[in-house]
Amino acid sequence: MLRYTLTRFLSLCLSLAVASVVIFAAIEVLPGDPASIMLGVNAQPDTLAALRSELGLDQPMVARYFAWVTGLLQGDFGISYTYRTPVAQMIADRLAVSLPLALYALGLTVVIAFPVGIWAASRRGSLGDVSVMGLTQLGVAIPNFWFAMLMVLVFAINLQWFSAGGFAGWDAGLFAVLKSLTLPAVALALPQASILARVMRSALLDTLSEDFIRTARAKGLSRRQALWRHALRNALIPVLTIIGMQFSFLLAGGIIIENVFYLPGLGRLIFQAISARDLVVVESVVMLLVFAVILVNFLVELAYAAVDPRLRAR
Amino acid sequence: MKSKISAAALAVALAAGPALAQDGLTVGLQLEPPHMDPTSAAAGAIDQVVYANVFEGLTRFGSDGSVNPGLASSWDISEDGLTYTFHLVEGVKFHDGTDFEATDVVFSLDRARGEDSVNAQKALFAGIESVEAVDPATVKVTLSAPDGLFLFKMAWGDAVIVAPESIEDIKTAPVGTGAFTFGNWVQGDSITLQNNADYWGEPAMLDSATFKFISDPTAAFAAMMAGDVDVFVAFPAPENLPQFDADPRYNVLIGNTEGETILAMNNAREPFSNKLVREAVAHAINRQDIIDGAMFGYGTPIGTFFAPHNPDYVDLTGLSDYDPEKAKALLEEAGVALPLKVKMTLPPPSYARRGGEIVAAQLRAVGIEPEIENVEWAQWLENTFRNAHDYDLTIISHTEPMDISSLANPDYYTGYDNPAFAEVIEKVGVESDPEVRSELLGQAQTMLAEDYVAGFLFELPLHTVAKTGVEGLWVNMPTQATDLTAVHWAK
Repeated sequence: MLRYTLTRFLSLCLSLAVASVVIFAAIEVLPGDPASIMLGVNAQPDTLAALRSELGLDQPMVARYFAWVTGLLQGDFGISYTYRTPVAQMIADRLAVSLPLALYALGLTVVIAFPVGIWAASRRGSLGDVSVMGLTQLGVAIPNFWFAMLMVLVFAINLQWFSAGGFAGWDAGLFAVLKSLTLPAVALALPQASILARVMRSALLDTLSEDFIRTARAKGLSRRQALWRHALRNALIPVLTIIGMQFSFLLAGGIIIENVFYLPGLGRLIFQAISARDLVVVESVVMLLVFAVILVNFLVELAYAAVDPRLRAR
Repeated sequence: MKSKISAAALAVALAAGPALAQDGLTVGLQLEPPHMDPTSAAAGAIDQVVYANVFEGLTRFGSDGSVNPGLASSWDISEDGLTYTFHLVEGVKFHDGTDFEATDVVFSLDRARGEDSVNAQKALFAGIESVEAVDPATVKVTLSAPDGLFLFKMAWGDAVIVAPESIEDIKTAPVGTGAFTFGNWVQGDSITLQNNADYWGEPAMLDSATFKFISDPTAAFAAMMAGDVDVFVAFPAPENLPQFDADPRYNVLIGNTEGETILAMNNAREPFSNKLVREAVAHAINRQDIIDGAMFGYGTPIGTFFAPHNPDYVDLTGLSDYDPEKAKALLEEAGVALPLKVKMTLPPPSYARRGGEIVAAQLRAVGIEPEIENVEWAQWLENTFRNAHDYDLTIISHTEPMDISSLANPDYYTGYDNPAFAEVIEKVGVESDPEVRSELLGQAQTMLAEDYVAGFLFELPLHTVAKTGVEGLWVNMPTQATDLTAVHWAK
């Protein structure tokens, strides 16, 4: 187990180092000058030069890379060019929206997908199975931003149960936060739940046709008992993989939903920062997301070991 | 010449409307300001929140574009037009309780024109020779040359008065003299301003004001319909305006901005260095089709680089009327090989992207083949506007007030090099007699139209959607601002 964990950890570090170089290089070659965007069309050359040196943009690229990485290692994400506030604070503010949203959506996904997938697998080929799988097909196919707008139309404009968007802020209390995050979380969860339910069902069906299930049935377990006691645990590995990928996606990929509900999340921060050429913010947020994805994968791999004793032995 | 304007005019203008109503207002805006300092960034979104509400200048704009007294209640101009003596309003306090005095004016103007200034409109202050505090309530500004626009320049958001005591934190905790104090900022979501109980002038009628930032047009529509915002300034979905107009719960205000939207042609390089080709383009364009197709019918056609609501505007649209046959004849006369292949670079705003498609179709009808390239702002600024001027055609709205003078610079991205025009503009700059100025501005406009410097399309309109009952909003936008000082709910 220790060796397994260590090799995973080493590969995590290596991935991060490579990612930092790639991210920095990719963003630095983008055309566009942050100072010029901040000062607009009437800026004079001397004002631009003054701002560039204030931002440290007159330093050579390699020096800026090392300054950035050393900062990151010490937990210092730098100062945003446009907002002139610490990037760490900005990320923390945005994470206060994106993280609960991602967790909420993931929670909904799991709560919907597990029962649906298991139920469909246990009734394979029945009318119920076919219709539920048909619905999940629809769930995968419907674009989530369209579904989001539909929900806004029904629940915010017609029924006025929710506001059309925005984030009340944690100061407003848990209820207000849940109220602002519910529609977006449902919109995000719908396609993910459909995917996960399908994966759950097919993983279970694969396992149910294995020899050890036949043995269990031969020992006298009912089909349902065999499913719950033996098949479910063995079907979890592909399901965990998908959940890990879904979490990373929900954390960073909610940008369209964030726009529909004008939520101040990470996705919108990146989008704004890219258009404003706020390079420090883009680099740091992307780096953080890479870290999150790698970390989630690392945790998922550890979770494999938890559900599959054979991996622990290595 | 001596002129003196009393503060009475301002007081009368602001005194209209009922007494203090204790209400709040939520205003929707598309763009969130990057920070709160209007004196160190070009972002119009900053002024949109703080101008006139939090920060004030010596003079200030009214909704009709007039220049009114602000922190200076009156001023004297010397005979030679070089010295402005501003008499400041007395007893004014900054939001942090410090006194507003002449030294603050000196500090603000010197900071804006100083060597390491990062003021986006530093040119506004270029004519200032010196600024001195005569006594705590009097400031003397000496110019290097007479400037008929000096009071106008001092009304810009980039020229507001800030205090040395609070300058350090201005970007996150702005301290001004306005009728609203800065409340709090939920980054990415909203900014709240509070009524300033100690305001020196007529107090604002709103108890508080919240600016909510909604960039997506569909989301803006939903927020308005769901009642999340009371007012949306510069509403981004013009296609929904008829729906709001027909709904008794809402009012739609249609006004003007200072945005001359043009099809810029690169005068400095082939083929648009040839005036005949530019003239052909001007006649190939059907403005009304562009306004209908790209702006859903909103927008005033312009025939030169000047705002049509300005009293000095000359209607020159007739010089470039829609006449494709004439355009073809001009192209033939110019001797260019058809089809003429050119590059059309389009920045993100929808007037440019949608308008560009229509313009391209119209140009193809006369034998010009534009190849459309969509770019983001950063790229547009860098490649088209600033460095290389690597473009043939582009569509852009010039939103600064009175920006006709920028075309006098041959190094400007338009590449228009006409010493006679530059001379007229120079004369306008130093002329303070309104009649002569008007005459000169007319000449300048005519020169641009006759030289077909660009395809002059339309003046960008301002659409504001408000709940019925919200009164006192600016209809026009002479500068980017949401002046809430006179806004109130009907009782």
